[in-house]
Amino acid sequence: MPVTNLVSYSVERLEVMAPDGTVDESLMPDLTSERIREMYRMMVFTRRLDERMFSLQRQGRIGTFARVLGQEGAQLGAAYALEDRDWLVPAFRDMGAQLLRGMKPEHMLQYWGGDERGNIIPEGVRMLPTSIPVGTHMLHAAGIAWAMKNDGEDVAVLTIFGEGATSEGDFSEAMNFAGVLQLPVIFLCQNNQWAISVPYHKQTAACTVAQKAIGYGVPGIQVDGNDIFAVYRATREAVDRARAGDGPSLVEAHTYRLADHTTSDDARKYRAPEEVVEWEAKDPLLRLRLYMRAQGLLDDAEEHSVGEAVDEKVTRAVEAFESVDPPSPEEIFAHVYAQMPRHLKQQQEELLLRLKGKG
Amino acid sequence: MARLNLVQAIDQALLQEMEADDQVVVLGEDVGRDGGVFRVTEGLVERFGEERVIDTPLAESGIVGVSIGMALAGYRPVAEIQFSGFSYPAYDQLVSHASRMRNRSRGRWTVPMVVRMPYGGGIRALEHHSESMEAVFAHVPGLKVVIPSDPYEAKGLLAAAIADPDPVIFMEPKRIYRAVKMEVPEERYVLPLGEARIVREGSDCTVIAWGAHVRTVLAAAEELAGDDGYDVEVIDVRSLSPFDAETILESVNKTGRAVVVHEAPRTGGFGAEISARIAEEDILRLEAPVGRIGGFDTPPPLAKLEDYYQPNAELVAREIMATMEF
Repeated sequence: MPVTNLVSYSVERLEVMAPDGTVDESLMPDLTSERIREMYRMMVFTRRLDERMFSLQRQGRIGTFARVLGQEGAQLGAAYALEDRDWLVPAFRDMGAQLLRGMKPEHMLQYWGGDERGNIIPEGVRMLPTSIPVGTHMLHAAGIAWAMKNDGEDVAVLTIFGEGATSEGDFSEAMNFAGVLQLPVIFLCQNNQWAISVPYHKQTAACTVAQKAIGYGVPGIQVDGNDIFAVYRATREAVDRARAGDGPSLVEAHTYRLADHTTSDDARKYRAPEEVVEWEAKDPLLRLRLYMRAQGLLDDAEEHSVGEAVDEKVTRAVEAFESVDPPSPEEIFAHVYAQMPRHLKQQQEELLLRLKGKG
Repeated sequence: MARLNLVQAIDQALLQEMEADDQVVVLGEDVGRDGGVFRVTEGLVERFGEERVIDTPLAESGIVGVSIGMALAGYRPVAEIQFSGFSYPAYDQLVSHASRMRNRSRGRWTVPMVVRMPYGGGIRALEHHSESMEAVFAHVPGLKVVIPSDPYEAKGLLAAAIADPDPVIFMEPKRIYRAVKMEVPEERYVLPLGEARIVREGSDCTVIAWGAHVRTVLAAAEELAGDDGYDVEVIDVRSLSPFDAETILESVNKTGRAVVVHEAPRTGGFGAEISARIAEEDILRLEAPVGRIGGFDTPPPLAKLEDYYQPNAELVAREIMATMEF
């Protein structure tokens, strides 16, 4: 009775652009100069809005939120691989991708400022609202992809989550459904090394997230997540497979959470400052800037003017957010059911009377 | 009109709703080729194909989570959880997402989905196959919880649940899956969600139940009827959420007495909510405390002890008498 090797697998890692901004031309995705400039502007915008939100949070003008800092390349690289007809199913640290897909910055502020109306997805935009419970939303992406497939739509669904989410059962169920049904989903794991205080090696014994795909019969790849070109390239290939009817893919964007988990967290309690410094040198925005300067796509004047334009956009968003009237108490009841049941009408009436000082 | 049992009535509703609307799909474990472990989905895959009657991987959270996604994208999934005792892995999806997507997106995204599950005891089943956990679903804002009590009700309520714009948990009392046959119209019809039904009119005492125990209560009512007996009004709640308190309150206002019957554990059961509402709004009309029959606050026992746990007509009759003679 011989022992035979049934199948062998390998796990690949893709890097296109080094931390010093040099690229491997043979792997460079097909992007026009204008597209690269747009990616840069979007990265700067995400970074600056994130910074402004942090300061607004510290001033008590918005509530707790999860900073994107350091992951702009990962989520924007992936989101740039989508077309308008595609779907995005995001988690809670995906503001860059959400903005790119059509969320207004003032709405992001409104949502994290505690006003649910900020969650309204603009008409015509195929995107779900921010999902807070870790690792639960990938199943929705699978379901949407299933619907799209049944409808014969040439559509891909991108869902984004962290490496912590891969420990959740729903990750497994979503990967399995997508594999069995050959659904057009791209599972983008932003492996940022930390799930609040728990480091990667305590999250899983697997040396990559990418290899988890193998168990579900799904292609998986690790990419340098701070390299927007690598993420774009791998996601684009996954999108092409999805459109061709070749099913789902898992893309592990190997990146780093430069900020605390949320504004309520203090990462100094659990991780070494040297580690953060090390990753700061691999900053995705810095890297793109170095590339663009070397290519003649960016100079001091351009960098300055992009910064100014973005700051103005951020300021306008903050102004728009702060000029919105607070939500009316009826908002509590308005969207629980399509038709408000009697008991909710009564409870709403109760609240309104109480507010009039009569209840 | 054909005489159908509950299983056949639900099967017919699924078939007719799938015929009427291409967006209705059925998914779950063994719902296709096998026709479901209780044969509720029998004949559907032959009629509609594997695209619309889908044998899924064995994963309850996956079934419900994927159904949410399909519903968001315009489908009307009818998911089957094989037994309600296995619904808990999917509870997170129901509570965290299905029930709140409308609210979270301010009405932009909705989840018109039905999750069917056989529930309740009385069939001498294995552990985890006899639970009656309707209260944990009824407690979740944004979900609807519907429980039919006979084949006619089942067909019309399921059709309404499928047409409903919000997620509906449709709990099927498996104890009476095959216990009774009745005339069920061949044509499609819907019954209203959120409206209780007076099954038997009476003037002395209001008895409130749902699912399999509407029959139990009716048997008790018949037992107590007669010149020297009591005239019992029986209400089938039908929909625990939204809950039609008005019909019950009006009835209690008329009778002055009430008994609630369910097989779920008594503490925190839905009977407590009904009792509280009656106390809040009809207290001056009450001639006696609201009677309550429920299962013990224990896991449902296996076959040998099951009968001690389940409400029966004798117990209900005794409780009604106690209420009458208070």
